[in-house]
Amino acid sequence: MNSIELQIITAERVVYSDSVEAVVAPGIEGELGILPHHSALMTNLKAGPLMIRKDGEESFFAVTGGFLEVMDNRVTILSDAAEHSQEIDESRAQLAMERASERLENREGNLDLERALAQLKRAQIRVAVSRLRKMRRANRGL
Amino acid sequence: MPSLRELRRRIRSIENTAKVTHAMEMIAASKMRKAQGAVLSGRPYAEKIQEVIANLEAQQDAVELVHPLLERRNVQDVTLIHFTPDRGLCGGLHGNLNRAVAEFILSKKGSSVQVIAVGRKGRDFIVRTGLNLKAEFTNMGDQLKVSDILPLSQMVLDEYSSVSTDEVYIAYPRFVSMAVQRPTIERVIPVDPSDLPYEAKVGYIYEPDPMGVLNVLLPRYIEMQIYHGLLELNASEQSARMVAMRNATDSANEMVDDLTLELNKVRQASITNELLDIIAGTIALKG
Repeated sequence: MNSIELQIITAERVVYSDSVEAVVAPGIEGELGILPHHSALMTNLKAGPLMIRKDGEESFFAVTGGFLEVMDNRVTILSDAAEHSQEIDESRAQLAMERASERLENREGNLDLERALAQLKRAQIRVAVSRLRKMRRANRGL
Repeated sequence: MPSLRELRRRIRSIENTAKVTHAMEMIAASKMRKAQGAVLSGRPYAEKIQEVIANLEAQQDAVELVHPLLERRNVQDVTLIHFTPDRGLCGGLHGNLNRAVAEFILSKKGSSVQVIAVGRKGRDFIVRTGLNLKAEFTNMGDQLKVSDILPLSQMVLDEYSSVSTDEVYIAYPRFVSMAVQRPTIERVIPVDPSDLPYEAKVGYIYEPDPMGVLNVLLPRYIEMQIYHGLLELNASEQSARMVAMRNATDSANEMVDDLTLELNKVRQASITNELLDIIAGTIALKG
């Protein structure tokens, strides 16, 4: 049995729950690769792409911050928001990204800078994740 | 005795009322199913985060630092987040809640209490009784997302860290069953890990360190509790409304039955009277 249980949970729903071969997560101190039988770990995540490998297939999620816990060969990710790359509408994410950067450029007095930056970052990740998936698929086709 | 026409009119109007309350019952039933689903799907997150906090608390001794959100201060100012429905027609739900909140405020004699009202019914109550209303959030809607409560949680966290308040409580109706919603008041800040139903396991590697994890984790936990309170409110509101509307429909139908009986009696009486007139007339003619 060379697999590790993965659960991705947000406050609203369980996004993913299955056994996988590897997880690569955006840890607060850098990319974090987790393979089966990893030792117990608790870390913050930053916003970024999350890669999982199952049956040799890689798939991607966009996560926006949260925590990752490894315990007894189980990975639990508590995230503020997580989306599978298939769920992301790239054109909408693109629009959100443009909107966010526009807001940052002509910023008005009462703009919550931190929030606007977070929005931009989130949109960028979603665009990136949905592109990643397409790229992989194109490569396989060759 | 009321006239036939009068009775018919009343029966029709009550039948219409019954139709409306029945429709409201059906709507509440479907919304309640959704609200219950939301409570259930939020549960894994809640359980996990509690477990993690319990674990972290076990590490606290090693760190020899108390996180501000865990620290107990001398209580002078208390903030209460009061969750109530925006709309009425849900039986005694907000009456019970408001009473529980009033009792709570009276029990906090030594300290000043400010209230953040979520929902119109609670806001009205606080304003009417002249209590200290700090802020109000209304029209939260019934399809909640975590992001909807962020302004609220940010506000109490700011209040707490600027020492404007020493304790934060939430008051919400706990959804016990379709018929029972119990007003519940819980403290959310400071967090008390000994309340958590998990025993601590140790032996994690922390990145960057326990304190760094706590810094992010505790605010999330508080957000989660506030979010959860709102979900419970939603489920309670819909089920209370459903029960109230079912009672209304039942008693409307009962009234229709009673009135129909009376209508038949009146009609029979008028037929008998007419017959009497005719018979009396024919007897008079013969005689």
